[in-house]
Amino acid sequence: MELTFYFAAAVATLATIMTITRYNIIHALLYLVVSFLAVAVVFFTLGAPFMAALEVIIYAGAIVVLIIFVIMMLNLTHEDVDKEKEWLTPKVWVGPAILSLVLLAELAYIILAPDTQPTEALVAVDARLVGMSLYGPYMLGVQLCGILLMAGIVGAYHLGRQKKKVVHRFLQPKEERSAAI
Amino acid sequence: MTPAHMEAALMLAGVLFMLGLISVLIRRNIIFMLISVEIMLNAAGLAFIVAGSKWVQPDGQVMFIFILTMAAAEVSVGLALILQIYHQLKTLDSDAANLMKG
Repeated sequence: MELTFYFAAAVATLATIMTITRYNIIHALLYLVVSFLAVAVVFFTLGAPFMAALEVIIYAGAIVVLIIFVIMMLNLTHEDVDKEKEWLTPKVWVGPAILSLVLLAELAYIILAPDTQPTEALVAVDARLVGMSLYGPYMLGVQLCGILLMAGIVGAYHLGRQKKKVVHRFLQPKEERSAAI
Repeated sequence: MTPAHMEAALMLAGVLFMLGLISVLIRRNIIFMLISVEIMLNAAGLAFIVAGSKWVQPDGQVMFIFILTMAAAEVSVGLALILQIYHQLKTLDSDAANLMKG
């Protein structure tokens, strides 16, 4: 279990690094799927098998597929990949990367420095407990999530709507139709 | 599970979050910025799972479900916005959308 965790963690980190350094979006998304799958393995080793399943289904399945559909609608070409290469110069990324790495080093120091906790065995929290908690004390949160999803649907429909430019000839106004004939 | 393993998992969450943050900062392609936000949300969810596993309580996983819901809603609205930006500006450069005009 220990070894599984460390391998999955290494894969997740490497895949995420590959994701954020790709120029081609589809390649980045493939690495992103690998990263999510590795994180799902980490969830499994942490004793949360139901969450691992949800991670695969929703993150690696639904969300990535949604992004792929949008990329297909955008009709990107090689020019965009070249432009991306032009945008991502070392001058642009070195500064933020170093600053963020300093933050990460601080976080690592805080987490790893004190080593006084007692050893305990892994106890899995199964889906039944989660469900009991979800529909018990967290009932209000579930309802708020429902409202959020509803707002997401309505918002996505409203924002994604485009004015129709080409109309079927039966739907055109009468004078235009006669002019076309 | 040993504490070292747990701390390593928390560390992994930190590393993933930081990678997402770096990507949000250095990228100019707006789709990559959205992907980076997804990475960061996922890392936050991982931290919740680690905490729930540490204290053997279901609350961490409940929070992860909420984060998952939020990520799904966020990505759908975000992608709709990206489509609108692309149709209006004909580019994915986030710097191109820096003018407010009604």
